[in-house]
Amino acid sequence: MINFVFYFENMNKKVSVYRKEHFNAAHRLNNPAWDEQKNDRIFGKCNNPSYHGHNYEMEVKVTGVPDAETGFVIDLKMLSDIINENVIEKLDHKNLNLDVPDFSQLNPTAENIVIVIYNVLREKINSDLELQVRLYETPRNFVEYPVV
Amino acid sequence: MVYLTRIEHFNAAHKLYNEQWTREQNEVVFGKCANENWHGHNYDLYVTIKGEVVEETGFLFDVKILSLLIKQFVLDKLDHKNLNVDVEFLKGKMCTTENLAKAIWQQLHPHLPPPVKLHCIKLYETPRIYVEFFGD
Repeated sequence: MINFVFYFENMNKKVSVYRKEHFNAAHRLNNPAWDEQKNDRIFGKCNNPSYHGHNYEMEVKVTGVPDAETGFVIDLKMLSDIINENVIEKLDHKNLNLDVPDFSQLNPTAENIVIVIYNVLREKINSDLELQVRLYETPRNFVEYPVV
Repeated sequence: MVYLTRIEHFNAAHKLYNEQWTREQNEVVFGKCANENWHGHNYDLYVTIKGEVVEETGFLFDVKILSLLIKQFVLDKLDHKNLNVDVEFLKGKMCTTENLAKAIWQQLHPHLPPPVKLHCIKLYETPRIYVEFFGD
């Protein structure tokens, strides 16, 4: 009876759950439509033709009403598996420009990476649940998508 | 004796790959780190020096000068670089965190004015992996 009351009091309340994951990768920022001078001016050290790299940290936020039977918004083990299979395996220890087809024509800035990650995950997560991804390129630079 | 640490950071691409070995052998030993197209890290560097406090200044060593030495001899050569390709003082070396810490020691050690001594180079490759080198 107590659980039943608890359920009715909470039945419409949304909760956000988060899963942190990490990967590391090489990249460079370069616009092939510009000459090297302009690339150097706009992208500076990030334009190094031999690449540089980062430890990327990501936080995946899933928001929804906890399921009446399980009490879960989403099974976090399942969320972890989805992220690992669809994002980490694709990006970890890779060169984003050379090894990841999404960036063959797209500059792998943190902004573009977070949109790519979101789009991949959005297809795999129940559309009733809201999704937001935060990506840290360094401990001091991070981006978030979508903006809510 | 006082120990003083300056924390710096840089990011770089590298791969772990022994050119004397076959690709298969490299993949067996170095796994994902052997990716021929490189991968990369945000490195955090802790430089610890030691010595006695100078009475007139109250300093072990001027940290602004320490910062400039690290910038000139380490960060300017490593930050946003490919460790295997772009760095003169790593030529011919395997670019592991162990070797990088030792090489950073060699870069800095000659530039610290006695009696100030370099005590430790602590280098994080990821937030979960670091090495320490004490010069011996």
